[in-house]
Amino acid sequence: MITRRSLGFVVLSATLALATGCTKRNKNEIVIGHFGSMTGAEATFGKSTDEGIRLAVEETNAAGGIKGKQIRLITMDNQGKAEEAAAVATRLIEQEKVTALLGEVASSRSLAVAPIAQKKKVPMITPSSTNPRVTEMGDYIFRTCFIDPFQGLVMAKFAYENLKLRKVAVLRAVNSDYSMGLSKVFVEKFTEMGGQIVADTSYQSQDVDFKAQLTQIKSAGPEGIFIPGYYTEIGLIARQAAELGLKIPLMGGDGWDSPKLFEIGQETINGNYFSNHYSNESSDPVAVAFMESFKKRFNKSPDGLSAAGYDAAKVLFAAMEKAPDLSGPAIRDAIAATKDYPGVTGTITINQQRNAVKSAVVVQVQGTTNKYITTINP
Amino acid sequence: MNDFIQHILNGLSLGSIYALIALGYTMVYGILQLINFAHSDVYMMGAFGSYYVAMYLGIDRQPGLSTLAILLGSAMLVCALIGLTIERLAYRPLRNAPKLNILITAIGVSLFLQYFAQAVFGADPKVFPQVLHNETLFNIAAVEVKTLDVAVFAVTIITMVVLNFVIYRTKMGQAMRAVAQNMRVAALMGVNPNRVISITFMVGSALAGVGSVLVGMKYPKIDPLMGTMIGLKAFVAAVLGGIGNLPGAVLGGLLMGFSEEMVVAYWSSTYRDALAFGILIVILIFKPAGLMGRSTTEKV
Repeated sequence: MITRRSLGFVVLSATLALATGCTKRNKNEIVIGHFGSMTGAEATFGKSTDEGIRLAVEETNAAGGIKGKQIRLITMDNQGKAEEAAAVATRLIEQEKVTALLGEVASSRSLAVAPIAQKKKVPMITPSSTNPRVTEMGDYIFRTCFIDPFQGLVMAKFAYENLKLRKVAVLRAVNSDYSMGLSKVFVEKFTEMGGQIVADTSYQSQDVDFKAQLTQIKSAGPEGIFIPGYYTEIGLIARQAAELGLKIPLMGGDGWDSPKLFEIGQETINGNYFSNHYSNESSDPVAVAFMESFKKRFNKSPDGLSAAGYDAAKVLFAAMEKAPDLSGPAIRDAIAATKDYPGVTGTITINQQRNAVKSAVVVQVQGTTNKYITTINP
Repeated sequence: MNDFIQHILNGLSLGSIYALIALGYTMVYGILQLINFAHSDVYMMGAFGSYYVAMYLGIDRQPGLSTLAILLGSAMLVCALIGLTIERLAYRPLRNAPKLNILITAIGVSLFLQYFAQAVFGADPKVFPQVLHNETLFNIAAVEVKTLDVAVFAVTIITMVVLNFVIYRTKMGQAMRAVAQNMRVAALMGVNPNRVISITFMVGSALAGVGSVLVGMKYPKIDPLMGTMIGLKAFVAAVLGGIGNLPGAVLGGLLMGFSEEMVVAYWSSTYRDALAFGILIVILIFKPAGLMGRSTTEKV
């Protein structure tokens, strides 16, 4: 009985999914696709980015759109899975016929989609994937953020020069391109400057128990720990470090940036540092204007990923406006020519490798807000 | 040396959780020879059940023994009801069907619960309420022993003792053992097998509820897929100890916790999961009845 009923439910939902999938083409609009982790372990990444993009779309539409056409944004959820990202991106390109793609935050998901976008000549801009390999996938793939080597360098500099640490431990997620990339550069730069890596251990993302690694780290006697992971694990790591009595600063990258970080880690995460695209305490007029309109629209403060999403969308729209027509190659060339674009997260110039060259900020966790500490330039 | 003591403590506390969930697998297997793969998802539902109860009552930021009691009670109730429902709707109609059909149904129920939970609760992780103040109770050498670890270990041992008492010293326990021996003959002797099986499922599922609260207080991040890995590990623990054997489940759980901890501490975290399933393979090859099982185990 129950089996028949649930079968009926499956069929019904499948039909609904198909029905909503069939969209009518409208000559007067431009369709932009965003693939993001709207659900799943890193769901706040997708949601924050989508809000930033949405704000950019609404502002651009209110100002008359692009070449007189309105923009329609289609956001698709990849559940935080690389294989799902490839599937939804294919659907965005094949069925929805998007003009350009925006996404993803996590490098592993962007890496899954980049070859597809490249093959179909659909320009893709990732707002916050920092792994260098993403833009190496082809000349249609761009990013409006800095890359991992830079974030690793920023944190190594910060640890050595600002915090004056000399002995540091590294705890990296072995199955994350992002975490491995940041760790590699951090270790290289930190030892180059004269620091010492006293322990280099690893975990798997989705793990919940990190006590073994932290016990090992504790006995190595470091003055700080570099943990370039995502907020879901970082919150638990901070808790367990506190349980073991490790009272040294924890440091990380933009993967920490989420309100959930504090929810999970509670006061144990306070006072720790990470590098980010942007700080809410910025006094730059572009950033202030963004913060105000974001607050008005969503009734909360934006995080770094919202700012990055907003910038990626705005850079794309500016390029589309400038491009002679709205074909893939024309937009591609226009994005590649982006120079000194005044973004919320800094001035964006796309270089030969299709990466943005810009500075990073280091912030300190204080509850659900992040205190601005310093800006580190490339 | 301090490190080693710390590793032992960590292993003990992780192992206790595996043990508690393994007890649920073992109970059901002992009676029905059914590996209830939905057990780990009942556990997940328990975590969400007590999470929403805590939110509703507004006690998510008021750690203390009464909070612990309320959360344990609500998780056990939620799990027992879900266990009962699953048994009635999914397993009972298949009571006389081949074992394989029931196993496949169990996997189906497990997937159903996972995706149902994603649809209803959302797939992003939630933060489990604070149940107890985590304080240092006493020191072994320079190693601090914390409230949470002691609580987890104590609850597991108490649960095992109570279960043993129920099964070997009460009338219901006698009925359970009778059904496990031979369902038809037990029925002829005046035992209602359906009732006994329902109660077994409720008890086993309530154990998963206890486990979910303990995990929630130790690793306060819950999501709809949280049961998968821990469930598989607990299943390995149950097989390791001799499935159908209560002390075996606890021993298996503790051994699993220890070996994982030691592998991560002295080798690499990459081998953590490989080790768990390596143990399963080795046990199945060399001692299929498990460490504490006899080849003709008296079930439960």
